[in-house]
Amino acid sequence: MTDEPNQMSKGTGVAEKAKRIRGIVYINLNRCKGCGFCIAFCPPGVLVFSEQFNAQGYHPPRLADAEGCTGCDLCGLYCPDFAIYAVMTHKNGQQGKSPGGSTGEVLRAS
Amino acid sequence: MSVLAEVPLAPNPVEAFIRSERIPHVWCPGCGIGTTVNCFSRALLQSRLNLERVVVVSGIGCTGRVAGYLQLTSFHTTHGRAIPFATGLKVANPELTVVVYSGDGDLVSIGGNHFIHAARRNQDLKVICVNNFTYGMTGGQVTPTTPLSAISSTTPYGCFEEPFNLPFLAESAGATYVARWTSYHVRQLTHAMGEMLRKKGFSFLEIISGCPTLYGRRNRLGDGLDEMKYFKDKSVVQHGANTKEAGIGFQGPIVVGKFVDIERPVFLEQMNQQLARTLDAQYAGCVGDYVPS
Amino acid sequence: MDSKAKVLAVRQGRYCVQADPAGVLTGTHFLDGDQACCEGALAAGCRFAAGYPITPSTEIVERFAQRAPLVGGIFLQMEDELASSIAIAGAVWAGAKAFTVTSGPGFSLMMEHIGFAVMTETPLVIVDVQRGGPSTGLPTLPGQADMMQARWGSHGDYEIIALSPNSPQECFDLTIDAFNLAEQYRVPVFLMMDECVGHMTEKVVIPPPGEIEIVPRRYTSLPPSQYLPYRADAHGVPEMVRAGDGYPIHITGLTHDERGYPATNYQAQEQLVRRLINKIRQHTDEIVRYEETTLDDAEIVVVAYGITARVAMQAVQMARERGIAAGLLRPIVVWPFLEKRLRELANQARAFVVAEINCGQIVQEVERAVSGRAPVVLVPGAGGAVHHPEEILEAILTHASTREVLR
Ligand SMILES: Cc1ncc(C[n+]2csc(CCOP(=O)(O)OP(=O)(O)O)c2C)c(N)n1
Ligand code: SF4
Ligand code: SF4
Repeated sequence: MTDEPNQMSKGTGVAEKAKRIRGIVYINLNRCKGCGFCIAFCPPGVLVFSEQFNAQGYHPPRLADAEGCTGCDLCGLYCPDFAIYAVMTHKNGQQGKSPGGSTGEVLRAS
Repeated sequence: MSVLAEVPLAPNPVEAFIRSERIPHVWCPGCGIGTTVNCFSRALLQSRLNLERVVVVSGIGCTGRVAGYLQLTSFHTTHGRAIPFATGLKVANPELTVVVYSGDGDLVSIGGNHFIHAARRNQDLKVICVNNFTYGMTGGQVTPTTPLSAISSTTPYGCFEEPFNLPFLAESAGATYVARWTSYHVRQLTHAMGEMLRKKGFSFLEIISGCPTLYGRRNRLGDGLDEMKYFKDKSVVQHGANTKEAGIGFQGPIVVGKFVDIERPVFLEQMNQQLARTLDAQYAGCVGDYVPS
Repeated sequence: MDSKAKVLAVRQGRYCVQADPAGVLTGTHFLDGDQACCEGALAAGCRFAAGYPITPSTEIVERFAQRAPLVGGIFLQMEDELASSIAIAGAVWAGAKAFTVTSGPGFSLMMEHIGFAVMTETPLVIVDVQRGGPSTGLPTLPGQADMMQARWGSHGDYEIIALSPNSPQECFDLTIDAFNLAEQYRVPVFLMMDECVGHMTEKVVIPPPGEIEIVPRRYTSLPPSQYLPYRADAHGVPEMVRAGDGYPIHITGLTHDERGYPATNYQAQEQLVRRLINKIRQHTDEIVRYEETTLDDAEIVVVAYGITARVAMQAVQMARERGIAAGLLRPIVVWPFLEKRLRELANQARAFVVAEINCGQIVQEVERAVSGRAPVVLVPGAGGAVHHPEEILEAILTHASTREVLR
């Protein structure tokens, strides 16, 4: 891990190619303060603490079971540091839908 | 873990509502305040409100910092006075959706008088109170919501003051929407915030939240996650509960749900009606030309 | 002028527009100072007042409550002065011109929000109809002992503007000036009345709207992407926006940078606080205003403001009748202080006599300006009554060179 402030990690890897993938988890590694909310309250329990430290000195989460993520975005709702969220994938894996509304739609750009 | 090279399928919904350049924020690891901000951002997103007309007003405290992280027109006022500032905003421009977002000490200790009067007048304000049972910003002193026997820096031998039961207080003072959830109840919070954004009148949402650094540590409650687990285990959902019975004892059960959702004419409607009735054609209408519906 | 053209005009210098006729009660009236102050606020375009009843100021908001609904305004009676003084700040950020009105005990409660208005550069007007203090003191009797509280009553270091009317007519005129100065410098402005001026009834001439100059709020014409809420112009004053206009501004009482973001460090503090102070200090000459009576040849300079200036005027006349070269210097703007003029007068004066209804507030400023070049004598009053002209005359006589001859 580097000191890049917004270094992102995506928790899918090879599994993304599999048709069964339902959700993708995005983690802004260096924002994480290691509280564990996302790990504890992930319904399918697909997250674990990473062994590595981030730039703030915390262990961010890591996706242990990529196929298990449903893209429900509860991690996104829980994370007090805005460091993690999940996106539902369509069958073709092309379009994301976050449960907050339609595709990350922003009513006001700025 | 792969480092991301491509653009995410969709951005984090909260990102459009926060001043990303100010993150990381000041809140401690495991503090529940940030969690409530996620819920608020989702509620705003779903509300389809014109965000240019949404204003957030905070007082002073850890929760008071919410205003400064939101990418909305926001005011970080003085300790306890978010509600009267918001009142001035709302009355001078009734087209604004005015949200007050602050801590328990801010809203019901130093600001308690403003709280009950705004509820009595049914000012159209959406008041979100993050209740962590303590004064976070100043180091964990006792507040009017600290449960009996809980330790704080100024009640080192345990709290011996009867706390406020906020939903009961809000309802008694005249609030037209009263709900309580905890920072564990993220979906319910999002839903409740959405209801408040749509509701006309004084709406009050109490969010029981962890302060692991001060309240949690002094009372040996573990870390933020442990407090969340307490909320999960000890919350009792009881919509329409009698607010009088919704008091919270130390680490005791927490009655959550929507308690009050009634209609009552809001302040500006009542004012406009009274003035129009008395003055007839002479009444010029208040600033913003608010027309009673 | 459409609103866009207005904004432009405002941005181009000493931009004054005419008063909105709706609020101007043109004509000759008999009004007391409190009523005149209310009319001044309405004429100035103030359409929002919040207040909490307190003698001897209440008549101002009572009249406002009656008049405002007829001209598109609103009065909120809040639960206390803390609420009133911050509600008006909220109204200002929503686009209104707003004021609150109080007296001693209420003024004390407003102090935190004076600092908030200074720090956030919220243009608003606070009227203090002074009564005798400390504490509840003399609710129905005059005082002038809040002058230093107006100067520095809130914590921290700052500059404000304070005006002192000595007649109902001036209560009208100076209230308009107070609103204009607030907009021009984005600072809270105080109208420091006293019970006597507030309750005395006199002729008040309200001119036609076309003759009343109004300084409109200076709104930015920059788009949200370029606008920085605390980037100041050459005069040290930033442009404003309103809540609801689509600018995601953050306004805080914390020390902040040009973006309005909290910046709690020494450098940001130096930059911000110095600018807040300098935007007033560096314009002192433009802001300061005073009235001089027979000062050209004066060897005794009497300094008095508000109701006391009227009594002092009599004393000066009595002295002149006895052949003593006395004159009156009446600060109309009390803060910032008319230091420069006093320094000039120190070259000619044998002595300065300062009369005020307190036990020595403005006199200290006079002493500072005169800095030992002539004696400065206080004719104090603890509150509850105006001076007798004889008291002031006595002080004049004591220091006049011709005293012995004429007695
Ligand atoms: C007039 C005034 N008194 C005291 C303070 C100090 N102060 C700052 S925040 C705070 C308490 C905040 O507690 P709360 O509202 O419960 O919010 P939290 O920090 O717990 O989120 C206090 C007492 C202040 N800023 N202003
Ligand atoms: S919830 Fe956020 S801060 Fe907490 S461990 Fe997960 S990613 Fe890190
Ligand atoms: S002190 Fe408590 S309330 Fe404040 S940020 Fe830390 S955990 Fe949250």
